[in-house]
Amino acid sequence: MKAHALLQRCLHSRYFWPLLALALILLANLFISPAFFQVELRDGRLYGSLVDVLNRGTPVALLAIGMSLVIATGGVDLSVGAVIAITGAVCANLITDTDMSLLMIMTLGLLAGLAAGLVNGGLVSYLGIQPIVATLVLMVAGRGIAQLINDGQIITFTHDGFAFLGVGSLLGLPAPVVITVIVLLLVHGLVRFTALGLFIEAVGCNAQASHYAGVPVKGVKLAVYGISGLCAAVAGMIITADIQGADANNAGLWLELDAILAVVIGGAALAGGRFSLVLSVIGVLIIQALSTTILVSGIAPQYNLLIKSLVVIAVLLLQSAVFKRQVSLLWRREAA
Amino acid sequence: MKPRLNPRLLPVLVTAALLVVLFLTGAIRFDGFGSLRVVLNLFTDNAFLGITAIGMTFVILSGGIDLSVGAVIAFSSVLCAVLIEQQGWHPLLALPVVIACGSLLGLVMGALIHYYAMQPFIVTLAGMFFARSLATILSEQSIPIEHGFYSAVNNFGILLPGRAWFGTGAMALLFIFVLAIWLLHYTRTGGYIYALGGNAQSAALMGVPVGRTRILVYVLSGTLAATGGVVYSFYTASGYALSGVGLELDAIAAVVIGGTLLSGGTGFVWGTLLGVLIMGLIQTWISFDGTLNSWWTKIVIGLLVLVFICLQRWLSHTLEQGKRS
Repeated sequence: MKAHALLQRCLHSRYFWPLLALALILLANLFISPAFFQVELRDGRLYGSLVDVLNRGTPVALLAIGMSLVIATGGVDLSVGAVIAITGAVCANLITDTDMSLLMIMTLGLLAGLAAGLVNGGLVSYLGIQPIVATLVLMVAGRGIAQLINDGQIITFTHDGFAFLGVGSLLGLPAPVVITVIVLLLVHGLVRFTALGLFIEAVGCNAQASHYAGVPVKGVKLAVYGISGLCAAVAGMIITADIQGADANNAGLWLELDAILAVVIGGAALAGGRFSLVLSVIGVLIIQALSTTILVSGIAPQYNLLIKSLVVIAVLLLQSAVFKRQVSLLWRREAA
Repeated sequence: MKPRLNPRLLPVLVTAALLVVLFLTGAIRFDGFGSLRVVLNLFTDNAFLGITAIGMTFVILSGGIDLSVGAVIAFSSVLCAVLIEQQGWHPLLALPVVIACGSLLGLVMGALIHYYAMQPFIVTLAGMFFARSLATILSEQSIPIEHGFYSAVNNFGILLPGRAWFGTGAMALLFIFVLAIWLLHYTRTGGYIYALGGNAQSAALMGVPVGRTRILVYVLSGTLAATGGVVYSFYTASGYALSGVGLELDAIAAVVIGGTLLSGGTGFVWGTLLGVLIMGLIQTWISFDGTLNSWWTKIVIGLLVLVFICLQRWLSHTLEQGKRS
């Protein structure tokens, strides 16, 4: 009886379905290629497919952290991919054209992302423009701005300090993974150890009611887009450092869609409300593990997006109340 | 009494005025800009975008969004090429099949959105991945289409004075434009779409068949995107899986510049056509100018979208205050 109650609690936990999906994908690898789980230590750094999943997932994970907060307020940030391109262009040009210190370059890169985020936030909160349109502006114009900064070129550079952000390793883990964990902890602390997280969820549930209850709705919205811009800037620096170049056209292309997908797979409603940064990161791991699995299983890469789209629909169906009702009706009819 | 202007028309009129000003300024600045030829080329070069954007207008008017259209264009053009060149089908048989595939994808997406109450954004995003993937599975290389029917259709047209060519692409765009206006403004279905976008709950209470209408707009959008893909395959005489990347953004931008509210319920098809023409005119301007780089297109279009949403915001604000007083 007790076991049954525990099972019920697990089944109704919002961590259950995303974790089950991740476990299933990892389990599939056990049959396809057991080498997937091999992790070895070489030159003080861990190597293996699992580390690879973590490492490749970092840019989207960073975006998903910011995106979770934006989606929790009932918004969406389409511009993060373009912000990656802008940050990359800013950093690459500062490295090639000036001899600023690494700290200064990183600060300016972060400021570029913050500025972009505040533009989005300003449009959404102070002008009351729909988030999809407001961030669409920067999504379209942002890549143009990045190309303007790059003067239409792909700027490459050699800078060991900056490159460390993308290819270095810390504590045996790739630097991007460590950076992402730090950002996750920082943002988690910011939203869960202050009232900000509560405010964000309140705004997402009912902005009007929150306003009357004294929640600074406009400030909260401005803040989440600012944080999203900052997260995108960190992702932009990691991507730029990884390839040691800034490509205004292709850096971070379509990553905003993956980030939104990850947040939704993690169980958040696009309408806003409750959010969980950990679940969003699990969503990223699901997407990334899926891609890597397809890669190592020898299925032609063209099928990657096909399988991804079917998995997305399957996950959405599992979360849909209507579908659950239909399944349980069917179940009962079978049993009877 | 002064005849009063419907304030909902204002954004579209601003778009129209901007189009005229842009065209006249270009005509003064550059030789050969202010010609019938440039105008007709605007229609020909943007026919596939225009047709797709008209489909997008229906979806946005109903309060939804369709991110799959760019991928559907790519898939349709590749399917055309594969059926005609590799399977030896006659185009007249292949084209209806291709367009029906677009309708079917729209039907599935619409049904998922309606029956399972899923977010249009995510469902059509999955549709985008699905269609793009099918296109690359069919063929990663660009397939040229050399069927006689294609060149016959491409050579069909009317030569107007000043070497202006009124070809089949422009004809298809205008034909679909007229059909769309008829559907939206002269049928009951059109009214349903506006009602659904205005307020789904009230629409349902008033007896609007919400499910049928919501699914219909996605079928329309899928059908028109596939038609756009067919037109694109004629335009380029080939099918390529990587064509139309990001085209959904252009279509959405055209709809917004055309004065349609993204929250649904307000807007016009002819505004969308004006939006497409403005975007085409900016590109023509940049190619005439020669010193400006292509990335200015993106920046200018982004700024235009910004200006128009601010205008609409201000407008609906004033309207609300007018109602209160």
